[in-house]
Amino acid sequence: MSGWNPLAPLPAVERWTPLAKVSAAAGVALLVLLALGPLILNANLLDKLTTLFIYVILALMWNALAGYGGLVSIGQQAFFGLGAYGAIRLADAGVNVYLSLVASALLVGLVAQPVSAFMLRLKAGEFAIGMWVLAELAHLLVNLDKLVQGETGTSLIALTAYQADSRRATIYWLALAAMAVLSGIVFALLRSRTGAAIQAIRDDEEAAAAVGVRVLGTKRIIFILAATGTAMAGALWLATAISFQPKTYFGVQWTAYMIFMVLVGGLGTFEGPLLGAVIFFTIEAWFGGSGVWYLVGLGGTALAFSLLLPRGIWGAVERRLSLRLLPVGYHLKVPLGIPESNMTEGASGQAPSAVAEIPPVER
Amino acid sequence: MASDADQPILVASGIYKRFNALVVLDGIDFAMRPGEAIGVVGPNGAGKTTFLSVLVGAHRPTSGKVRFRGDDVTRLPAAERCRLGLARTHQVPRPFTGMTVFENTFVAASNGGRFPRTEAYDRCIDALSLCGMLGIANRRAETLGLLDRKRLELARALATNPVVLLLDEIGGGLTDKEAGELVDTIRELRRRGIAVVWIEHIVHILLQVAERLICMDAGRVIADGSPEAVMSDRAVIDAYFGEGTP
Ligand SMILES: Nc1ncnc2c1ncn2[C@@H]1O[C@H](COP(=O)(O)OP(=O)(O)O)[C@@H](O)[C@H]1O
Ligand SMILES: [Mg+2]
Repeated sequence: MSGWNPLAPLPAVERWTPLAKVSAAAGVALLVLLALGPLILNANLLDKLTTLFIYVILALMWNALAGYGGLVSIGQQAFFGLGAYGAIRLADAGVNVYLSLVASALLVGLVAQPVSAFMLRLKAGEFAIGMWVLAELAHLLVNLDKLVQGETGTSLIALTAYQADSRRATIYWLALAAMAVLSGIVFALLRSRTGAAIQAIRDDEEAAAAVGVRVLGTKRIIFILAATGTAMAGALWLATAISFQPKTYFGVQWTAYMIFMVLVGGLGTFEGPLLGAVIFFTIEAWFGGSGVWYLVGLGGTALAFSLLLPRGIWGAVERRLSLRLLPVGYHLKVPLGIPESNMTEGASGQAPSAVAEIPPVER
Repeated sequence: MASDADQPILVASGIYKRFNALVVLDGIDFAMRPGEAIGVVGPNGAGKTTFLSVLVGAHRPTSGKVRFRGDDVTRLPAAERCRLGLARTHQVPRPFTGMTVFENTFVAASNGGRFPRTEAYDRCIDALSLCGMLGIANRRAETLGLLDRKRLELARALATNPVVLLLDEIGGGLTDKEAGELVDTIRELRRRGIAVVWIEHIVHILLQVAERLICMDAGRVIADGSPEAVMSDRAVIDAYFGEGTP
């Protein structure tokens, strides 16, 4: 009906653009370069970079949870604290101290499974608050453990058995590896079919169910991933700080940092939170000592961003320049000459393309 | 899975639905043959949308049973019913606003349609092309106007590869030309063997597709039969134009 050239190429789905391949390669190259860090950089820089890696993990996880999964939680410090606490416990039980960091994160992921069964039944606001209550509860329970000695706290003594330089390098490598692996998992998950389902749930849960998305199981995947990653960050933080005081780890400021990084960098974009973590890291290096006003400044900035640039710096860059470094979405390359909107395409009997002839699939 | 063509594909029996004290569905019995095209009319508030929601599992009926393809699906969640081939559109469109038009259909094809990736792509391209949306496949759904949002509802439902498609007022607000195109699209779906239930106020569009008409009023089916018979039914005329109309 509307002059579609049957010889024209069919629409094709594009996922890896040339630019995306370049940026993925650059990302890998950067990781390799960072891996050489302990061989070239001084102790101070190594510690700083380790902190940055932990921030990146936190931002990445909160963005996966809230930006993609629509699960806005203000209680992620529950997992951060439990990750640290688990490492203390495991190391105390005689597990190799480095191994106990990773094992603790995985254990917290395991615990997150039954927790999710309850939490994910809560709706938006209830979920956010429910998670905060959960964090308070976790804090209280950890304080009951004699090993922790209440708010006096304890420390990851086993680490002191290692010589300072080798300890610093190992923790740096662990943090770098955790960041790389978790970024890879989030990227792969978001690009998978599950990733598309997760975003659909974020936008409209009931409509997602109406097109066949198994809502609860899908949410659970992202919830457990975020719990595990955040716990890994907590365990790594413990490794850098050595001392464990429950109040510090179960404090709501951790979630505030996550929200700041994600909102400023770009909620619901893959690249944004990485940028947000770098920004937060820089700001903290300058103003971190200014106490309460520092926190007020962070809150104000995050609020301003959510009002003025709801998709953060990266969201704005993306839109203005149509730039996608690491695309998780789908781009349909449509041959020229297809009308913008015409209900009759394909319905007129002259099928516009071979794909219109697909027979129904027997279920 | 060759089901006997005489066996009804979708059956609802004794459906009651109450929202607190409000009785919205008041004892509905309904049966549909494979490939059938049924139009549903009735005044606003009659319970048409609620009935459709009960059929797909978005609402549980207060009492009554729904059977689909021979199985009792009354307790089956909406997502599972969709995976069996029961798809709906929403009267007030509910796009996945943060995703592109193509991605909206991809979610439907890969979940409801259970297609592996490349088959899902083909399905989406097919559904978008049928609904005339290929040209805007990469637009974020939040930027769409109402008309395109309605088209997206249809494209998304189609991408799930339905056996029965339930349409809720997708023709409202269309120009004559657009309505004609919509009718063509739905006829094409019927050619492909998809059974259609279509709720619509614009009866003359409906009559171009429906081979059977149902009229609902106050939570009941007040007429069910050939379009001519239903449109001349006394109860239908009363429900639409008020009692005493000649
Ligand atoms: N979720 C709900 N909660 C309470 N009342 C509802 C709900 N959904 C629909 N209703 C009521 O049920 C009646 C029927 O609505 P609906 O099914 O949308 O009718 P129709 O589609 O025929 O216009 C209306 O009175 C409406 O207000
Ligand atoms: Mg309605």
